[in-house]
Amino acid sequence: MMQIIGTWIAAGLTLAIFSFLYKDNPFYKFAEHLYVGVSAAYAILYVLYFDVKPLLVDKFISEQGGERWILLVPAAFGLMMLARWIPKVSWLSRWSIALTVGIAAGLGITGQIQGILLPQIRGTLVPLTTVNNVLMVVGVISTLIYFYFSAAHKGALRYGARLGMVFIMMAFGASFGYTVMARISLLIGRLHFLVYEWLRLVK
Amino acid sequence: MKIFEKIANIDSRIIYLLLLLVVLIPLVFKLVLPINLSDPVKQAYQAIEQLPEGSVVMFSVDYDASSAPEIQPMLLATLRHAFSKKHKVVLLGQWALGLPFGEIGLNEVAPQFNARYGVDYVNLGYRPGYRAQMVGLGREIRDFYATDYKGTPLDQIPLMQGIHNYNDIDLLVGLEAGQAGEEWIQFAGARYGLNIIIGATGVIAPDMFHYMQARQIRGLIGGLQGAAEYETMINHLGTGVAGMVAQSWAHLLLLGFIIAGNVGYFVVRRRKQS
Repeated sequence: MMQIIGTWIAAGLTLAIFSFLYKDNPFYKFAEHLYVGVSAAYAILYVLYFDVKPLLVDKFISEQGGERWILLVPAAFGLMMLARWIPKVSWLSRWSIALTVGIAAGLGITGQIQGILLPQIRGTLVPLTTVNNVLMVVGVISTLIYFYFSAAHKGALRYGARLGMVFIMMAFGASFGYTVMARISLLIGRLHFLVYEWLRLVK
Repeated sequence: MKIFEKIANIDSRIIYLLLLLVVLIPLVFKLVLPINLSDPVKQAYQAIEQLPEGSVVMFSVDYDASSAPEIQPMLLATLRHAFSKKHKVVLLGQWALGLPFGEIGLNEVAPQFNARYGVDYVNLGYRPGYRAQMVGLGREIRDFYATDYKGTPLDQIPLMQGIHNYNDIDLLVGLEAGQAGEEWIQFAGARYGLNIIIGATGVIAPDMFHYMQARQIRGLIGGLQGAAEYETMINHLGTGVAGMVAQSWAHLLLLGFIIAGNVGYFVVRRRKQS
């Protein structure tokens, strides 16, 4: 019974969202706000129950010695983030944001160099024995020339940059094609649900 | 000439209606097209296929409802493949709203292979931390996941007793609707040498091909087409294959609209210039 009710609610909300294709209306707005609200509530409760409680509260109660007090540091930074709601002490939240940005930047720099730059350079150093390899190397070099702004794009640089632009356009085209496929897939997914699970037109 | 003006300014609702029809008809009449297998998907399949029986495969569910129609078929297909090879499955995710989809997938597939929770598979759930978590998992999974999705401490779960970090994981299957795939490659793949295959939405997939070319990932399942290919390879046809005729018809319709729209635009412009 619960599954049938759930299917009808899901179908109703799907149709409410689809109704926006005709024009904006209260059904669409209701479904949109419901989705945002439920998503936010789910994420908050999930983090509180599975993260804050076991890794902070429970651990603080069960841990002994110095490690217990170290837990107060992330707890304090977390509370300082909430200070944004109180105008008089909202500046405190900047410390938490600074910590987050610092960690993200530190991890990002090492990750980009170790995980993208060096392996991708290694992946580009290939023998020019196949058409694919030649195309790839020419594409990389000409695209780099396109983004080289320290000299005017004249002479050989001009041709290199133009070729680079062709490769960039081809990449955009491939991305657009894949994006079309992705969006159609979402429509297929919802219609599949409506036809097979809600209306049960097909078994 | 009026016809070209109409084509150039066609009401978007007509496009939506035609799109609805070309997607709906193949679904209702269950039309099926032969699926051609691509190398990236074949390699993803081989990455799971070639693992010795009992290997540990970690699944990262990094998507939510907005991309589930594309990625959920991939999750189901790769889970089926992993369970059929008697691999152990550890599922987690970087998107809080994605975990229900992971749980739905496990509940659907695991019983078909008599897989037991805690022994053959486990759902660790979601924890915040993202990049820091991906690095930290290389040291000790318990630092981030004190309990599983149901609140059971990891040390009380038989499967997790020998699993502490990436050294105990044989393959990561990243199912991606955002940037998490790149982060897994950077922080688990490059730093710890973890073998990775990626299943990505059509929007993300083009950005993953260069990782494939540089051998940073072992395989790539791109969009609904990739899911359909994987379903074909494991010989279990699901929503991926079911949607491919609709997908093809919709692409033809959109190609037609792009061509017609451009013809209309250029004819109207030329007329105005003259």
